[in-house]
Amino acid sequence: MAKIALENWNETIRDPKIECMSRDEMSALQGERLVKQVKNVYEHVEFYRKKMDGLGVEPGDIKGIEDITKLPFTTKEDLRDNYPFGLLAVPKEKIARVQGTSGTTGKLTLASYTQNDVDVWGECVARGLTMAGLNSSDRIHVCYGYGLFTGGMGLDLGAQALGAMAIPMSSGNTKRQLMCMEDFGATAFACTPSYALYLAEAAQEAGVVDRLQIRASINGAEPWTDEMRKKIEDILHINSFDIYGLCEITGPGVAMDCIHHKGLHVYEDYFYPEILNPADQSACGDGETGELVFTTLAKEGMPLLRYRTKDLTSMEHSICECGRTLPRIQKFTGRTDDMKVIRGVNVFPTQVETALLSMGGGVAPHYMLIVDRENNLDVLTVMVEVDEKYFSDEIRKLDSLKNKVGAVLKQALGVSVRVKLVEPKTIQRSEGKAKRVIDNREL
Amino acid sequence: MGVSNTIQQLSVFLENREGRLDDVLKVLAEKDVNIVALSLADTSDYGMLRMIVSDPAKGRQALKEAGITAMLTDVVALRVPHATGSLSKAMHQIVEGKVNVEYMYAFANGNDAAAVLKSDAPERVVDILKGSGFDVYSAGEAYRANQ
Repeated sequence: MAKIALENWNETIRDPKIECMSRDEMSALQGERLVKQVKNVYEHVEFYRKKMDGLGVEPGDIKGIEDITKLPFTTKEDLRDNYPFGLLAVPKEKIARVQGTSGTTGKLTLASYTQNDVDVWGECVARGLTMAGLNSSDRIHVCYGYGLFTGGMGLDLGAQALGAMAIPMSSGNTKRQLMCMEDFGATAFACTPSYALYLAEAAQEAGVVDRLQIRASINGAEPWTDEMRKKIEDILHINSFDIYGLCEITGPGVAMDCIHHKGLHVYEDYFYPEILNPADQSACGDGETGELVFTTLAKEGMPLLRYRTKDLTSMEHSICECGRTLPRIQKFTGRTDDMKVIRGVNVFPTQVETALLSMGGGVAPHYMLIVDRENNLDVLTVMVEVDEKYFSDEIRKLDSLKNKVGAVLKQALGVSVRVKLVEPKTIQRSEGKAKRVIDNREL
Repeated sequence: MGVSNTIQQLSVFLENREGRLDDVLKVLAEKDVNIVALSLADTSDYGMLRMIVSDPAKGRQALKEAGITAMLTDVVALRVPHATGSLSKAMHQIVEGKVNVEYMYAFANGNDAAAVLKSDAPERVVDILKGSGFDVYSAGEAYRANQ
């Protein structure tokens, strides 16, 4: 299909009332929802009641959105401490779905949704799909993974809300992906940007690009650049869009970029964004980089107040050329912690340590993670020190140790790794904050 | 008897990085440890250097001080006469004795050849070989081979 040039683009807005709302009206709507939400969590979530009591804040102190700064923060550690259902604001019977993502240690970060939450999620993704120029007649090939990961389900729900056809391919098996894409006449596809580029190149190599009806791709869940987007667009002759989300807040569909690619529009009627100075949590002005923090204004199942994403970015409130007044967050410049996104999966170095320790010998819990991008796919190499006691001059024994480490790490991280055994005592010991990750991906 | 006829091999784990083999050889040369025989096995990630040296304990210590992982492994050095079929006969005896050979390499030693064998039961290999008329080199003979 032909890529649509900006000057020929016909912008459609799914919910103009919300997406183009004036700042005053939006603030009023957000304030109204926040007041209600704070009262709700104070009454139904012990964790928040205690936190607010600790800060001396009562629901009555929250009168509008500007009062949000009085509220306590929520961290990923809080989710872990209250795993799996400790932060529910409704009885468990009302939960219609759970989704999960990796936590900082062995446990998952679990998010719970009521049916309304699921509907809101689908609606937000549908707004994004509309932003990508799609409508109910489109056929959306979803090659994000399905399962606890929010990618597959999120795009599926979005396609459903839009009234489009969902093609639930899930990830992997590129040849089959291309075959179905062609046979079913998919008009859009969704996956991580690195896989999108991989697919694009595979389509080019197989000479099937001209037989595809794809006109747009929706890609997110890992960092990518404008150059990468242009490459995907050029190979497939399509328009590509960046989608953002995190499981804790809802999944993909928290924010999405429009054809102007001037940042990702945040659906702030549901997910209120703040950018805070990492040093003192004071508010950053437009254009200033800080930590992105979200409050779920209307979530029922597991509402979160001021959830610290640890992603660093800046925000703009100026009206976008597309007509939307929704603020735009820029691509992330980094994180306040050492989490890495590998093929869409969140990986924390501490998970590696926990997994190595769980092996009970063979390797020392000293490691180094190296992230590369080979043929457009992320490759995670874990360098592990062999325990001197387990050292052998037999390659068979070392290889079996290596395979065992690989299996344990794959299970713990949810992503396959390359294990490289190294000599004992050759990896830097942690003195304070040792560098455990080398990211060679050029982004 | 009580005299063991297994010998010690110096085994070194070589990370796959530039100059690593050179480092190892340099350390041994500086400490005056002579290499009698060596075998270098390679995998995609690392190499395994196996050596018969003039003084295995001294070699290991020197490498350890240089921060290189080395270990001593018990192996058997079989004397293989230069006659067709000698090694085959010896191997046949080992197989009959149900001992598993992990790896093997050989070097010329005077008029004969020496085959270095690593198995899961080195003492048993010595018994089997001696019991079937083969000769194994003592540590002293092996460490000073060809000198």
